[in-house]
Amino acid sequence: MSLYFLCFVLFCVGLYCIVRKRNIIKIIMGIAIVEYAVNLFIVLLGYRGQGRAPILAKDQPILNMVDPLPQAMVLTTIVIGLAVTIVLVSLAIRIFEKYGTFDITKIRKLNG
Amino acid sequence: MILPLFVIVPLATAFLVALFADKIKHLGDVLTTLAAAFLLGLSLYAAIAVGHTGVLVAMMGGWPPPVGICLVGDGLSVFMLVIVNLIAFLAMLYSVNYMNLYTAKWKFHALFMLMLTGMAGVIVSGDLFNLYIFLEIASVAGYCLVAFGTDAQELEAAFRYAIMGAVASLFILLGVALLYSYTSTLNLADMALVLAQKEKGMVITFVSVLFLAGFGLKAALVPCHAWLPDAHSSAPAPISAMLSGVFIKTIGIYAMIRIFFNIFGITDAYLSVLMVLGVVSMLVAVVLALGQWDLKRLLAYHSISQIGYIVLGIGLGTPLGVLGGLFHLFNHSVFKSLLFLNSGAVDYSVGTRNLKEMSGLREKMPVTAGTSFVASMSISGIPPFNGFFSKLIIILACIQKGCIWYAFAAVIGSILTLVSFTKVQKYAFFGKLKEKYADIKEVPLFMKFSMVVLAVICVLAGLLLLPPFKFFLNDAARVLLAGKEYASAVLTATLK
Repeated sequence: MSLYFLCFVLFCVGLYCIVRKRNIIKIIMGIAIVEYAVNLFIVLLGYRGQGRAPILAKDQPILNMVDPLPQAMVLTTIVIGLAVTIVLVSLAIRIFEKYGTFDITKIRKLNG
Repeated sequence: MILPLFVIVPLATAFLVALFADKIKHLGDVLTTLAAAFLLGLSLYAAIAVGHTGVLVAMMGGWPPPVGICLVGDGLSVFMLVIVNLIAFLAMLYSVNYMNLYTAKWKFHALFMLMLTGMAGVIVSGDLFNLYIFLEIASVAGYCLVAFGTDAQELEAAFRYAIMGAVASLFILLGVALLYSYTSTLNLADMALVLAQKEKGMVITFVSVLFLAGFGLKAALVPCHAWLPDAHSSAPAPISAMLSGVFIKTIGIYAMIRIFFNIFGITDAYLSVLMVLGVVSMLVAVVLALGQWDLKRLLAYHSISQIGYIVLGIGLGTPLGVLGGLFHLFNHSVFKSLLFLNSGAVDYSVGTRNLKEMSGLREKMPVTAGTSFVASMSISGIPPFNGFFSKLIIILACIQKGCIWYAFAAVIGSILTLVSFTKVQKYAFFGKLKEKYADIKEVPLFMKFSMVVLAVICVLAGLLLLPPFKFFLNDAARVLLAGKEYASAVLTATLK
């Protein structure tokens, strides 16, 4: 149970980072932290006490394995997270070229 | 086995374009337009096939549903596919000329096709995690396309949109993970069966809130709408048309109603939440739109307002309300795409989006002015254009259900829309032509063609309510009204 709680704390730390920080690089880091928290949560869902790796070998009984599906899901979400982070970071670089700052409160050319 | 093609064709086109199109001139234009035309034909064929034979299911790798991933095409899916591919084809045709304003056209084509892949995938997917994956493909392509011009404002808008979108996606992912832990399955049909046997617990309520937040952000329902006017007004015009016309509806509204109606089973509590969100979006956004002078920003605020109508109609939950909501979804995607294409045409010829700087463009740009007039009247709900019929159905459905105040709010929203578009017509197209615009020209052929086709659909779409075409809307509405029977419909179709 404490694991789930810590995972939730990590999620909240990330959200705090996204909402409160002014530097856009830190906001991107916040996104990454939230994503790790969700990934960790998915892996925890498949975990069982004393479980072993879900590898099907010959003449081994299917006993006490952890759930393999969340692991496959996490692999996919990590790749997606990579893509999103790349887009965000490249946007941040271009924004720095145009505005000369990473401060979100100074990046205000849009009306509204 | 036509369902996988909706994903495979645009995906393959995207990669072919990315590999070869910067080396061979015009290859990108030809390839993407052909692919979009093919997909439009295929989706019309699928609509007729589903109308005759019922639900289509394609099992990936031959694994039956609870184990493998399946693609499902029912009335609602093909309805959305037709809309998405119709708008995509016309936007693609439009961009043949329009995108000459930008460099690196092949990147635009590749990203456009990836966005189409994502949207088609969300629509046909029968697996919750798979739906999430396609949603992310579409969203990431969307972030890049909003930033396509790489001006300061565009980058800023894209960054805000990407942050909001990423947070929304993570909420959705958390919801998916919780649902998997609760039901031990990811297949939508199987999940509906499992949930039907369990008692309603707090988990489902929590997941509903997560999905409402996630998909609500993606669909830009008030109060999560702040990113939309920036993002949709910064993108190139064909992309604005795609984003406002079909994107927010597919990955916001469609995914949300599919999960709420068909998987969780709709209850009065959800319905009232949807109705309140709809009415608030409808009124707040239209009031915000009144004060805008940037043409594309004004249109973007109206998108939020019209999404409010759609959500209100579907949120009524009565047969008439759902029918009206879906019909308005179709109509809105047609006239809002047309309006964005018009604004792009003005931008192309005149070089401004500020309403105060335009005047009397009707003399020089008759096609743009005419089609824009049709679209403005449609969105304001003037008969005999299509917007009138869908708004009328929604208002009648409100009265039928006894929600007089909602009906009243819908009428007020419609009047304010009319006010706002009278302003657009007056400042942009009527009045005296300014001297500095004496030598502007009407836009090139392909752009004119797309706009005229959309205007014709605006005029004729009312015919969809007549018997020979009625199955198209009715089948879509029936899927939502049947609720949890979705599961048995999909599973019996698998056995065929």
